[in-house]
Amino acid sequence: MSDKISTYPGTSLSEKEIRDGKVLSIQDQMPGKFSWDTGIAIGKYLAGLKDGVIFGSYCATCRRTVVPPRTICEWCFQPMDRYIPLEDTGIVNTFSLCYVTWDVRRIKEPETPAVIEIDGASSLHGIMHKLGEVEPQEIKIGMRVKAVWKSAEMRQGAITDILYFKPHEGSH
Amino acid sequence: MSDRVAIIGIGWSGFRPVTPEYSYKELMYEAARRAYSDAGVDPRRDIESFVTVAEDFHEGTSIFDEYTPDQLGAVLKPMHTITGDGLHGLATAYMLIKTGQFSLVAVEGHSKASNLLTPDGVTAYAQDPVLNRPLRMNTHFVGGMEMNRYLYESGSTQEQCAQVVVKNRSNALENPSAPFGADLSVEDILSGPPLSWPLGVRETAEHADGAIVMVLASEEKAKVLSETPVWILGAGWSNDSPGLENRDWSSANYTKNAAKMAYRQAGIYHPYQTIDFAEVSDIYAYKELQSLEELGFFQFGEAGLVTEEGLTHKDGDFPVNVSGGCLGMGNLLDANGLARALEIVLQLRGTAGPRQLEGINVGLAHSWRGVPTASGAVMIMSN
Repeated sequence: MSDKISTYPGTSLSEKEIRDGKVLSIQDQMPGKFSWDTGIAIGKYLAGLKDGVIFGSYCATCRRTVVPPRTICEWCFQPMDRYIPLEDTGIVNTFSLCYVTWDVRRIKEPETPAVIEIDGASSLHGIMHKLGEVEPQEIKIGMRVKAVWKSAEMRQGAITDILYFKPHEGSH
Repeated sequence: MSDRVAIIGIGWSGFRPVTPEYSYKELMYEAARRAYSDAGVDPRRDIESFVTVAEDFHEGTSIFDEYTPDQLGAVLKPMHTITGDGLHGLATAYMLIKTGQFSLVAVEGHSKASNLLTPDGVTAYAQDPVLNRPLRMNTHFVGGMEMNRYLYESGSTQEQCAQVVVKNRSNALENPSAPFGADLSVEDILSGPPLSWPLGVRETAEHADGAIVMVLASEEKAKVLSETPVWILGAGWSNDSPGLENRDWSSANYTKNAAKMAYRQAGIYHPYQTIDFAEVSDIYAYKELQSLEELGFFQFGEAGLVTEEGLTHKDGDFPVNVSGGCLGMGNLLDANGLARALEIVLQLRGTAGPRQLEGINVGLAHSWRGVPTASGAVMIMSN
């Protein structure tokens, strides 16, 4: 390896020795529990999802409709208080085929995260969700999609009240 | 052009034990709008850089920095979040202006403590994972041990600590933003349940929600924008060794060092003669007494005596925590230092309402990051 050292002294650690606790370490788990207040805008959004409606909010200064709705226009910093029901259709802005799960398992059939620009919202405003009822290889940027909802009695005011977005031929 | 820096805008939302009506973003927005309106600035057009203070574990969001720009008007502008107390944030904003690169900077701190369901569990994660945490003790024990050694060495008493609570919660009655105002007696405090003896539950600040935003300006900008600029004379901060095994339990060396740094900058040699009033950390009641001594206002062991005599009362010679302090306004997590600074600004502007102090020119804000830290910061301001 060098002029002075030809071999390392001692024996290397193996993974098994670490696994068997022969290398000292401390393990622990943080009791971190949180309950986030949704507030006015996101509260309205989630209540809408429970009713099967996607709400956006409108900024009269910027003439922009954003989704998810917010109480603050991030561009002009004016308050927003007009909530607009939007369509549950839109187009795929971007997507990916994800071959590793939330809990870090390899999968053969990929998950399909996508941002869907919602019809009725200003361009570049959309919902982060998943695609379904489609072959992963068939998904295209710009593809038209429509929300597939949980049944009314199963909805609970959460982003998961929409199961996924599926391909949709109808024009807006 | 001089290179002084002033606080020219303040805004806050809260402070209340719970705020179910607002998301943390909406809480921050309310404070920001007030601060920008107060300063007469448009954040989108005028403010050049933004600083927030937040701790990911308090928020429940990793890389919380990413969740702060929109509600502050900081989208696509220079901004960063530091994991420190509000006074660290204020000092950072001050330095940004001192660089000469920015003339208007906003700083934000908030608490959504009500959304953190396991505050003691999260605070336990500030203990050393190998040396301390396996002992499985609630982190308030650090406060109990610090108080015990402080009383032992200084000769201060539990009654004197209780007197701090009586004073601060009484002061809070005159502060419409303080949720914990009350008329209490020393007996009321001492008859409460113990937390980690000698520290009692009633000598410990309850958590509260709220947000605070301040706008800082260069001297040139401040003179154009503000009729009541509050000038920053000095800022200092310091950390002692984190180890519980080898720290000085009776004194708060970090506070002494932070004060030294701020006094040197401000050219202050006799703090008690120069500074008219102070807001200091009282997350635990004894911390107010200990801090007043480390800040050089009183000799070691004197703060309890002068508190009993009423010197630090709002009508006394040296009012301390006229706002109500953490005991009266609530423990605002990372925003505590900004709450202390907020009162200094209100008082120096002459806009503190029924609790307005007379004849004041220089105020000091002090903060401590709470157990188990040995981290403190100081800021000195004048009108």
